[in-house]
Amino acid sequence: MEKYTKHESVAALMNRNNVDTDQIIPKQFLKKVERSGFGVHLFHDWRYNADGVTPNPDFELNKPAFKGAKVLVVGDNFGCGSSREHAPWAIADYGFNTIISTSYADIFYNNCFKNGILAIVVEPAQLDLLMDEINANEGVSFSVDLETQTVNTPAGNGFTFEIDPFRKENMLNGLDDIGLTLKHVDKISAFEEEHKKRLPWLWAS
Amino acid sequence: MKKTMYEKIWESHFVHQEPGQAPLLYVDRHLMHEVTSPQAFEGLRMANRPVRNPHSILATMDHCVPTKDRDLPIADPIAKKQIETMAENCEENGLNLYDMESPDNGVIHVVVPEHGFVHPGMVVVCGDSHTATHGAFGALAFGIGTSEVEHVMATQTLPQQKSKTMLVQVDGQLSKHCTAKDIALAIIGVTGTAGGTGYVIEYAGEAIEALTMEGRMTVCNMAIEAGARAGMVAPDQKTFDFLEGKEFAPKGEYWEQALTYWKSLVTDEGAEYDKIITLNASEISPQVTWGTSPEQVIGVNGAVPSPESFADKGKRLACESALKYMDLDASTKMTDINIDYVFIGSCTNGRIEDFRDAAEMAKGTTVADGVTAIAVPGSFHVKLQAEKEGIDKIFKEAGWEWREPGCSMCLAMNGDELKDGQRCASTSNRNFEGRQGKGGRTHLVSPAMAAAAAAAGHFVDISKLG
Ligand code: SF4
Repeated sequence: MEKYTKHESVAALMNRNNVDTDQIIPKQFLKKVERSGFGVHLFHDWRYNADGVTPNPDFELNKPAFKGAKVLVVGDNFGCGSSREHAPWAIADYGFNTIISTSYADIFYNNCFKNGILAIVVEPAQLDLLMDEINANEGVSFSVDLETQTVNTPAGNGFTFEIDPFRKENMLNGLDDIGLTLKHVDKISAFEEEHKKRLPWLWAS
Repeated sequence: MKKTMYEKIWESHFVHQEPGQAPLLYVDRHLMHEVTSPQAFEGLRMANRPVRNPHSILATMDHCVPTKDRDLPIADPIAKKQIETMAENCEENGLNLYDMESPDNGVIHVVVPEHGFVHPGMVVVCGDSHTATHGAFGALAFGIGTSEVEHVMATQTLPQQKSKTMLVQVDGQLSKHCTAKDIALAIIGVTGTAGGTGYVIEYAGEAIEALTMEGRMTVCNMAIEAGARAGMVAPDQKTFDFLEGKEFAPKGEYWEQALTYWKSLVTDEGAEYDKIITLNASEISPQVTWGTSPEQVIGVNGAVPSPESFADKGKRLACESALKYMDLDASTKMTDINIDYVFIGSCTNGRIEDFRDAAEMAKGTTVADGVTAIAVPGSFHVKLQAEKEGIDKIFKEAGWEWREPGCSMCLAMNGDELKDGQRCASTSNRNFEGRQGKGGRTHLVSPAMAAAAAAAGHFVDISKLG
């Protein structure tokens, strides 16, 4: 996983509540054998016209001003529905690394951090301020600093956010669950050596 | 301190625990099939991580392989892609794969024991919930998700919380025509599908000891249907005899060393379990499920229960909706239920002993009018052995289809499936709505029961047969 430190990036706005994982990545794309490449299917049914190919100009993320956005500002209860890990895979593959909302579905929230996405929780009033700022100035960039747990905006709607210290540590160091385990690779190797001595036949065949 | 077998295996695989995190458990064997592994390989590639221990992995193709016309290209493009991806991934990482052409191919939980790949005392994982099958060898074997598959490939460990222990003691002897499958179903009838949640089950008692290794695999296979993390049976002489001489079994001086170790794994006399359940095998009749959950099960001499007969509200509602889906009326005698389809196979009942049992019942019979009956060996080795014994002929003469190995109608992913409304006597492990095809109705039974039902066109109380 890439390290997450700080960045300044265009903030895209989706003013919708209860966006579920079926919308984030519709089920017809789940049969793929890859984990990457889900980005083009992100929000598929909203994002494309009926032909499934040409962009729907009315869909907010298709606005030229939001191009290259890494920050997604979105309404309440984002990521509800099925637990499919394809949802954060698609979001990350599209290019987002930060989501700002008032609330998330539980499993989705956990899955975000597993996939290098910083999911920030803000108060409803704060979210309104951010939404207003984007609406007034589409294409505006926010700066996000995980170390200091702050978000700053040109219009001065900055705020600090909470994050579990363990998660923060992992993101700052670019550690996923596997990376975390691999921190103890010495212990694993030492165990393995002992195990080999005790049960040598496991390695014999 | 006196310890259970589970505790001994756990402690001998404990690697490390970081404060605030789950303990890391070492994994000896990692089994794989084509459906749950592709994204794990992809994840490794993206992070540039190698497979830590390629020799710990054994892979097969089973879920979406066709059980007929195996020489033709696979028609379903998604299945085809999964098969190809599996082959590429194994090739790229130097993994042992029993591909579709291999004489060793078959359902993962059938082929692994055939090669002696799992031994007593091992920690075994697979991206598949029926991994518990391998507990029959006195191993701790359990199913994991795709991100865990990746985790194990990269680190050879898994963060795991320790489970509670449950002893399921089955005393006495089974009556004629009653089998391991009936024990498995009867246990779930007692525990319910959530009764084992949070536990690792150890099966013991006279009736379990009397089972063959195949029978023990059948019982452990369904531990997951009782909600348990895993099921296991203490290794004994039968276990050792089964393993001796197999491809991946210890050889020469290692064999003696291994035997000593394996014998030390057995639960200490007086060790305590968190929960104990006792059954008597002599009271177990041939079982049939009537509903859409494995716990909705009854003896074939019984009748479909009414929702009112359940005191628990949840179970009452579950009964109501199951009867509706299964299109059954309460009080209908189980032996009056007509069937359209019979499936013998799967990792629960796709081993040689299962086909011997079924053949004994099918011999000299004819599949009833309007019934389709298919026999799907769990592996090519099972198929070959059965053909050596003339079992295929018995089935074919009785009007059965004798197929190539695979998961087939256990989960209906390869095109073998029920049509809407069809009713099936199946030796598999799950009777969930739509499991064998949209709108299909599944009754779980033993191989002998399935064969008897095929001939009669309805369920038969085989305990009354001579
Ligand atoms: S036979 Fe059925 S339960 Fe067994 S591995 Fe195949 S699909 Fe899973």
